[in-house]
Order: sequence, then structure tokens, then C-alpha cells
Amino acid sequence: MKLHEYQAKELLARAGVPIPKGGVAYTVDEARAQATELGGSVVVKAQVHAGGRGKGGGVKLVTTPDEAAHVASALLGSQLVTPQTGPEGVPVGSVLIEETIDIACELYLAMLVDGGMGLPIVMVSEAGGMDIEKVAEETPEKILREPIDPALGLMPYQSRKLAAGLGLKGDTLKAFSKVVASLHRAFTDNDCSLAEINPLVITGDGSVIAADAKITIDDDALFRHRDLSEMYDPAQDLPIEVTAREHGMSYVKLDGDVGCLVNGAGLAMATMDVTVAAGAAPANFLDVGGGADEEKVAQAVTIIMSDPGVKRVLINIFGGILRCDVVARGVLLAAERSQTPVPPMAVRMLGTNAQEGRAILDASDLNVTLVDDFAGATAAIREMA
Amino acid sequence: MSILVGKNTRLLVQGITGREGSFHTARCMEYGTNVVAGVTPGRGGQTFEDSVPVFDTVRQAVQETGANTSLIFVPPAFAADALVEAVDGGIETVISITEGIPVLDSVKVVDYVKRSSATLVGPNCPGVISPGGKAKVGIMPGHVYAPGRVGVVSRSGTLTYEAVGQLTPIGIGQSTCVGIGGDPVSGSGFVEMLRMFEDDPETDAIVLIGEIGGTKEQEAAEFISSEVSKPVAALIVGRSAPPGRRMGHAGAIITGSAGLASEKVKALEAAGAITIPTPADIGTTTRDILATL
Repeated sequence: MKLHEYQAKELLARAGVPIPKGGVAYTVDEARAQATELGGSVVVKAQVHAGGRGKGGGVKLVTTPDEAAHVASALLGSQLVTPQTGPEGVPVGSVLIEETIDIACELYLAMLVDGGMGLPIVMVSEAGGMDIEKVAEETPEKILREPIDPALGLMPYQSRKLAAGLGLKGDTLKAFSKVVASLHRAFTDNDCSLAEINPLVITGDGSVIAADAKITIDDDALFRHRDLSEMYDPAQDLPIEVTAREHGMSYVKLDGDVGCLVNGAGLAMATMDVTVAAGAAPANFLDVGGGADEEKVAQAVTIIMSDPGVKRVLINIFGGILRCDVVARGVLLAAERSQTPVPPMAVRMLGTNAQEGRAILDASDLNVTLVDDFAGATAAIREMA
Repeated sequence: MSILVGKNTRLLVQGITGREGSFHTARCMEYGTNVVAGVTPGRGGQTFEDSVPVFDTVRQAVQETGANTSLIFVPPAFAADALVEAVDGGIETVISITEGIPVLDSVKVVDYVKRSSATLVGPNCPGVISPGGKAKVGIMPGHVYAPGRVGVVSRSGTLTYEAVGQLTPIGIGQSTCVGIGGDPVSGSGFVEMLRMFEDDPETDAIVLIGEIGGTKEQEAAEFISSEVSKPVAALIVGRSAPPGRRMGHAGAIITGSAGLASEKVKALEAAGAITIPTPADIGTTTRDILATL
């Protein structure tokens, strides 16, 4: 679960990371009031989950409260398009108003779980304020990494080692090390999967401050962080993905016209690949999960059909815990409830109760093509075009 | 012979009285797996299906029954505790089905297991099956498997069933099939499984099924080029997935170019693995490889 910048900074500040003075504003009046309190010269930042806000016009420096109000009124309620969003952009529901800071140098500081090592790592770079993926590709030597022993936690010397690696000295070295320790605390206390400060600014007087922050919370750990769950902003996700999430399904919207209903993430990806190999494009990734019942399958089919881009449907089920007859009944249930015509479907069922499932669909008046394997699915996808 | 589980497996099920645990334990027993004990704290002294004694702790279960392998269905919030208890209780092979364990819990558990002599498979995996040894230690549908000499290792559950569903009907049986799980941090990886298959005299060839995200397939490629003499057929799924979006499995997300399917295929091909072109070709590619042996 992604957090907004203001939420991420709140968690970081709680753990001791210095952040700029300021606050979030949901209305133009609140924005003006915040700016007035900060003396007028502020930065107004659109609060959206997508990166690349600066390039999309979502970050503006202003010098008076009226200007701040003007920028806020343009941003609030608008759709912000950045290099990381689609052409439709993402809605701006709030802005962060902050004091401007005196930047001497910009660093990169992050903590994440490195799957390769199986350990959390602290990652720093002198190339702050830049896209870190790009830095990793082009100048990997500019990134320093420090793995953290899960039994020991972050040891203070590791922070000093990173600071020294960045060429920091004296009080700045100490201040930076303290920020690393605080970041580590925020990361572990909140079950983050990513906590990133980019840029981490060294000011003219040598102090260290988090100018921007991004945090992703591990979805699997939300059960022990009810307070963090409340920070979820559904407006940042597509409504269709929010609905799927509410039904406990894993759904990702894609651009094609073949709606895919599959059980299992690996098989779902394989089914998407087969769709592409057939010269078509999947409309979605959807893993209905192992423990689905008739109702959940019906919800999944309804979600797929609610995407106006879907012109044909491919159902690929390898019955294990999930029985194929349950899937078939779920499909019929969704078709019954549907207000709009049900698109043609190619259905492949294997495993538990596959014969029963196929018979149920075969006997229905739906436009269903039953196939046995991926080759059959490929032919059926082409025929439905 | 086989790897990880086989006719010498004496299985303990942690979470045996839960909904998932009881259902799948019964399926494992039907398949022929030697289930010797169960653990559910507070239910010690009861019996599962009139034949399997239930204990309060793993230590008791191991002492009383000589269990050497544990299958874990304990819910995510308590799974880390159960995994460490299994290792501390003397279990050699720990297989965790549980999906949704917080990643920072997995980090601690995996680190603990590494410092022990135990082997961990999972979490968030379908388990391990050795058809010849009649040992099914997981949630896979047993009837699609057949005894034979091909080892299968995958990050995914249903896609493994798909792979086996293509192998068995054309007469290609399996020595052992392992799902290593879809989480970003997990126990044994492709490398450990490849090493075991390489050393297993009853495995002739290996089918490896990877996914986008992470660098596990690249590590596998490195190991294949230096240590594996047996032929490896490899499939990577998720070619059509967009970067930055998590495809169900927490680990299946493209961040940086190493996570791309194309990079993984390139690394595996360079290491001498035979690429399975599409998910439809698992059976035929494997058959072609076996024909050359």
C-alpha cells in the first residue's frame, strides 16, 4: 500500500527524521492559511501516488499566500498527468504546503527488502533528486548498499560507513547517520517494503532534511497496523482495482480487449503471455485465488465485464482446491446478473470436477467455446476477434 | 530416490486441525504420504482422522513419532513462530504453504533457518511431491502427477500443475516437483533445488519455471552454467506484464531491467538452458530434450 508524501513524512518525523515545516491542505483556504503561517514563501506539492510530479506541474514554488492559494485551486480536484501516469492522470485530493529549504547538496537515501539477499538494505547515493533506477543502470558505482542483519538490526557504524562513503564529514556525518537510524526505525516499526527519501537535502548550514519521501507498506503486514490501513487513499487507484481489492482478488488493469479469469498468479501470467502470442492483448491480470466460491467467481466475472474495453473473455482454470463446477456456476451467476450482453468466452478447465464444469457451461445459452489446451485457447481467441 | 520428500518422509502437519490443514492432510494421506503427527497448540492428546496423534508442540511430536518433515498451514500472523518452532524442534525439511506472511517476518525466519541445518521450502508455495515415493507434501492435485525421471521446480502453484499436466499425458513422469513460492523473500531458491536435482541419480532432466521480478532466475542461470550437467528446460512467464505493477505474487513485479522476462531468458540461454518458447510448449520442449539423452 502506497502512502502520500505527507503521510510518509509524518511516519518519518515520528521516528526522528527532520522534515520541512508545513502541512497538508484539502481546500484553497487551508492552503492559504498554511502558506501565511510559513511566511508566504513556500512550495505547493500535489499529493498523488505517482512519481514525476515536478515534470507534470504538480510542484510549484510561490512567494505569497495568494499565489499559494492560486496554485492550490488549480491543483485541487484536477487530474495530474506525470510521466508515470496514464494520459488520464491521477486525481489531486490534497496538497502539501511546505517551507522552502536552502539546498547545498541533494542525496538519495532508502531502505527496502532486497529479495536476492533476503535482507533489508540501506541504499544511498550522491545522485539525489534523480531517478534511482536510472542511476543504477548508468552509474551503478554511485550507489552504496549496506545489508542489515535481522538479528542485530542496523548497527550505528553502518550509518557512519555510508556517510563516509558519500564523503560527508564532521557534524553533517553525524546528522546523516542519525537520519539513517531514524529511517531504519520508521521502516521496521511500520512494516515498510520501501521507505525512500529522495532528495535528502544537506542545507547550507550543514543540517540534513527530508525534502521528499515515499513509503510503501507491506500489504501482508497491515493486519497489525490498523492505523496505517486508514491511510489508504482509494482515489489513487482505478475504481475497478479498488473493487477487486475489496473482494480479495488480485487484479491489474491492462490495455487489451481479452478479459482473463485465472486461478493462480503464475498461471494468470502464463495465460496473458499466451494471449499475446495469439496476436491479441489481455485486458487484465486476475487471480481469483484458490479458495474462491461461486459468489467470488461471479464477482470476478462481473469485474472483468465492467471494463468497457473487454470484447472477449478467456477463462483458464486448473482445478485444485478450486473446483471447476464452482467456477462454471459462478460464470452463469454473473451472466444472469449482467445488464449488458455477455461477451463471447473461451473456457479451459482442467483438474477437479472439470467435466462437470464444462457440462454446465456447454448446456448454458452463453456463447462459450470449450478448449482443452493453450493451442485451443489461442485458436478460440482468434475466432472471437 | 527423489529430493526433499520421498518414502522416508515422516510428516508432521502444523495447523492440522484448521480448515485448510485438515482438508489437505486428508488428501496427502489418500495419496500415500506417511503422516505421523499433527500440531495444534491446545489440542494435544486428540487424534486426527482416528489415526494421527495431535501434539501441543513440535518438540513433543518429534520425540514421540520421529517426524522429520513439517508441512505448515498456520495463519500468517503466527506462521513465523511455527516455522522457527519446526526448526528448533528438530525438523529437517520445513515446507510452508501459508500465504501472506509479512516480509519482515520472513526475513527473520529465513535468516534463522540459514544458520541451522534445516531446509525451508516456501512460504507461499504449493509444496513438494515425489510421485515415485508416494509422498505428497502440499496442496497440489495428486492425480496429475506420475512417477518418472524429470524434476520440476517453479515459483508458482497452478502453473506447476499446468506443466505437469503437459508432461504426464505424453508419458513423462516426475522424480520430484517443488514449488519454491512467490514471495520476494523465501527459503530455498532455484539454486538449492538445482543442486539437489543434479545430485539425484533418479533425475535425468530439469524443468525450471520462473517469473518476472527479482533476480532468482539469474542466480539459477549462473549456477546452471557452472554446476549443472543435466539438461534444463526453462520457461519464464510474465513477458506481457507492464513494469511497476505487482502480478499477484509479491515477488512478481518488474523493478529495473533485471526483472524483465527478456533479461531472465537471455541469462538462462547463455547458461545453456533450453528455452521453452511459450507456456503451451512445456511438454514438447521437455520431450525433445529427453530424446537427445
